Amino acid sequence: MIRFDKVGKRFGDVTVLRELDFHVERGERVTLIGPSGSGKTTILRLLMTLERVTSGTIHVDGQCLSHMRRGDRQVPADERHLRQVRKKIGMVFQQFNLFPNMNVLRNITEAPVRALGVPREQAEEKARELLKMVDLAGKAHAHPSQLSGGQQQRVAIARALAMEPEVLLLDEVTSALDPELVSGVQNLLRDIAHQGNLTLLCVTHEMNFARDISHRVLMFDQGQIVEEGSPEQIFTEPAQQRTRDFLQAVLNA
Amino acid sequence: MIWDWDWTLEILPGLLTQGLLVTLQATLGGAVLAFVLGLFVALLRRSRRPYISRPVGAISEFIRGTPLLVQLFVLYYVMPDFGVRMTALTTGIIGLGVHYASYTSEVYRAGIDGVPKGQWEAAIALNLPRRWTWIGVILPQAVRRSLPALGNYLVAIFKESPQLSVITVVDVIGLARELGSERFRYLEPMTVAGLFFLLIAIPASILIRRMERRLDT
Ligand SMILES: Nc1ncnc2c1ncn2[C@@H]1O[C@H](COP(=O)(O)OP(=O)(O)OP(=O)(O)O)[C@@H](O)[C@H]1O
Ligand SMILES: [Mg+2]
Repeated sequence: MIRFDKVGKRFGDVTVLRELDFHVERGERVTLIGPSGSGKTTILRLLMTLERVTSGTIHVDGQCLSHMRRGDRQVPADERHLRQVRKKIGMVFQQFNLFPNMNVLRNITEAPVRALGVPREQAEEKARELLKMVDLAGKAHAHPSQLSGGQQQRVAIARALAMEPEVLLLDEVTSALDPELVSGVQNLLRDIAHQGNLTLLCVTHEMNFARDISHRVLMFDQGQIVEEGSPEQIFTEPAQQRTRDFLQAVLNA
Repeated sequence: MIWDWDWTLEILPGLLTQGLLVTLQATLGGAVLAFVLGLFVALLRRSRRPYISRPVGAISEFIRGTPLLVQLFVLYYVMPDFGVRMTALTTGIIGLGVHYASYTSEVYRAGIDGVPKGQWEAAIALNLPRRWTWIGVILPQAVRRSLPALGNYLVAIFKESPQLSVITVVDVIGLARELGSERFRYLEPMTVAGLFFLLIAIPASILIRRMERRLDT
């Protein structure tokens, strides 16, 4: 479903990713862990087309995300191509990024209506179902500023799902939340993960959560995969010293 | 010189109904034009096509760098040579609007830049078309951020509107001068006209400051 081939990413002089290869199967749920600055967010942002690769290629569902064909040459993807591939991918951000000028319902329906051309009534019906699922059925007409962080993040999740993505990217979606609000969002994501056949790519520092939802854990350091394996293996008997050090640091935090 | 109350009461209705009316027309007309035109200038200056953004930017800088007075003169006395004929008040409204559009466009620019990057990114992540990202997400937030500064320009336009008298618009100040010249006595009409400005500008400024505080939270 997702394939990185020798992906490199530089910001000016800073090389964040170097010849990164990995792939994720359809329906697979993968958690990325690793120290701050190791490039986890960058990977998700590349997939969401918020950043462009410096070198290498990314494929999503067999389609090249970073490049397109023009005649018999590979050229960097243009806006139209990006829109096409982006349809399959959704993302939930650490800071929610709800639209503060719209109520909850509108936040969820705006993209289906404007991007997919879904009739508004139909979009609203779907949005209400999603709101019920995220346990916010009564908040359709509330504004984001009237909601707690946990509620805002649940709306953001509903908003992403309204576009029916095949791949969902989660970047530390609970780290901006007050501790007592974390479990609500995690439980929701756990349900979503186990119900659907979403392909999930998740960055988190919550190891229990990672264990619950993922098939596979990738440990990153300095833009490279140091170790990968099942959650049991990585969390109970990591093979690499760097993984052990990292887990030690996280657990003691 | 003693204040002449009888004369004051005599000229007051005229100043209010003729003079102030013209002043308010010029102000509101100029402001609406400045607010609308400024938004388009701000958007055009952000165009990714340099053959659009560059000239618009240059013209805007030029207008901001030259006095309103000169622009009014050109509009009123030179444009008719090119076959453009308008009333003095219409010319004045266009002059004020165009001049202040070069300022309000900067206000909008700051407002647009102030919208958090996360809003753009959320729009991209949702595959929202660019057009709808602007209309539905960015501009509503940018305009909201711009309101206090726009309010200040509304007051500025109001206070600068007497400059329209150079192109024969008889606003409240112009009328006060006419009335004064009849008797060679300017104290009463000018004081009354000045008071009008104070009575409108001060509450307006307070309102704007209050709005600013409300929007901050
Ligand atoms: N837009 C940017 N410009 C310059 N440098 C950047 C930019 N984005 C990321 N970086 C750098 O790239 C590196 C990797 O950043 P990234 O956000 O991917 O790390 P991360 O693994 O998500 O870390 P964290 O756990 O702190 O979120 C960091 O050194 C960061 O400073
Ligand atoms: Mg990160």
